[in-house]
Amino acid sequence: MMSAAALLRLAGLRKSFVLPDGGRFDAVRGVSLTVHAGEIYGIAGRSGAGKSTLLRLVNLLERPDAGTVTVDGQELTSLSKHDLRAARQNIGMIFQGFHLLQNATVADNVAFPLRIHGGRTRAQIARRVTECLDLVGLLDKAASFPAQLSGGQKQRVAIARALASGPAVLLCDEPTSALDAETTRQILRTLADVRQRLGVTILIVSHELDVLAALCDRVAIVEDGLVAEELRLDQPRATTALGRELLGLRPATIPQERRHA
Amino acid sequence: MHEQLTQLVELLPELWTALGQTLTMLGIGLASAVLLGGPLGILLFLVSPGQSLANRWLAAPLGWFVNTVRSLPFIVLLVALVPLTRVIAGTSIGPLAAAVPLSCAAIPYFARLVEQNLREVPRGVIEAAHAMGASEWQIVLRVLLVESRSGLVLALTVLAISFLSYSAVAGVVGGGGIGDLAIRYGYYRFETGVMVATVALLVVIVQLIQLTGNRVARHLDKR
Repeated sequence: MMSAAALLRLAGLRKSFVLPDGGRFDAVRGVSLTVHAGEIYGIAGRSGAGKSTLLRLVNLLERPDAGTVTVDGQELTSLSKHDLRAARQNIGMIFQGFHLLQNATVADNVAFPLRIHGGRTRAQIARRVTECLDLVGLLDKAASFPAQLSGGQKQRVAIARALASGPAVLLCDEPTSALDAETTRQILRTLADVRQRLGVTILIVSHELDVLAALCDRVAIVEDGLVAEELRLDQPRATTALGRELLGLRPATIPQERRHA
Repeated sequence: MHEQLTQLVELLPELWTALGQTLTMLGIGLASAVLLGGPLGILLFLVSPGQSLANRWLAAPLGWFVNTVRSLPFIVLLVALVPLTRVIAGTSIGPLAAAVPLSCAAIPYFARLVEQNLREVPRGVIEAAHAMGASEWQIVLRVLLVESRSGLVLALTVLAISFLSYSAVAGVVGGGGIGDLAIRYGYYRFETGVMVATVALLVVIVQLIQLTGNRVARHLDKR
């Protein structure tokens, strides 16, 4: 059963950027939201709405101008550089462009987050790499290099890498936007599977509404740097145009069973 | 023809010595380039705008320093550095002495090549490493150098070939070497056979360096 405990809490987040012409762009203008443990939470919005920036504020790849981020009971914004690096073991992240090391094997890519944090023996690392590759079904590709894999396989390696350090949260930045329809379905199955087996909380940004409709329990519609509304996909209520469009794409069978996954 | 052959045979011992001198100068120059120019190049990259240690108060003077040393004609550098050479090598003549200005020219040159190669590493890969909690130092060792390694080998290849030709100028301070031999015998004494032989040897060395560099780079590149 889904626990009601708040795993991720964003409070009053703001972020603006200085533009090359000297102007200011307010990407995120005061966002607060709470994601429960084990939940898959989507962030939807048109391009430029600030959804990617919002995601990058969660692990502090972007420093917020104001507001706080609390993950698994730990307030990140007040941590020192050193403590933040350690805290990032608890927050996995995958990207649209996969961002794997091209000159490292699949196994070495997955081992990367384990090696940089130390405290593990080689045997422990090897065992964990095997577990994670098995989880995404790529055990037979351990010795391959990313260039030898398809896009979907690369993204699954990225998922294995993001989960290697046993994070409580997985951040997904447009994880399927570079993939075709069939591969997208595969990645969505992998993500749903990961949540079910590991209980990982997933925060996913996508401009593909059907992806969010298929995967998420709740979705925040972001417009102009603000949360315009928060949808529950098992309830047919939406006030924004984007929200109504999203609910229209909801697969008929999914919501009820999924909520208890 | 026969006469030229005799000249060549007589010159063989000197050719060997010259080869040794060239390799000494090149070895020292390249070693300093890698050991000092490499870190300098990494620093140039890290402090440049948009990178993780972006710092214009450091980037500007470093860039200026590198450009200035690189803008000096080598022969001017060679002469200007004589006092420094005396301090470091204990003498201002010979291949070891010539290695000092060669190194001074090679360090900023290689630093720039390293910086350019690190720029080729996709931003996203660096960012992913940050997201996993990697420190700057770990990003340098485990991301930047790993991802750019084949380009770095090719950069070292370019450097080696440029400095093989620079080392000929080192004859001015008695550095010796193959290039110097070509100038002294072939050019000053009009001994065409010697000239052709030394130049041919240089061509062979250059081809070997390039071939090795290409091979190693291809082997390291899994992209």
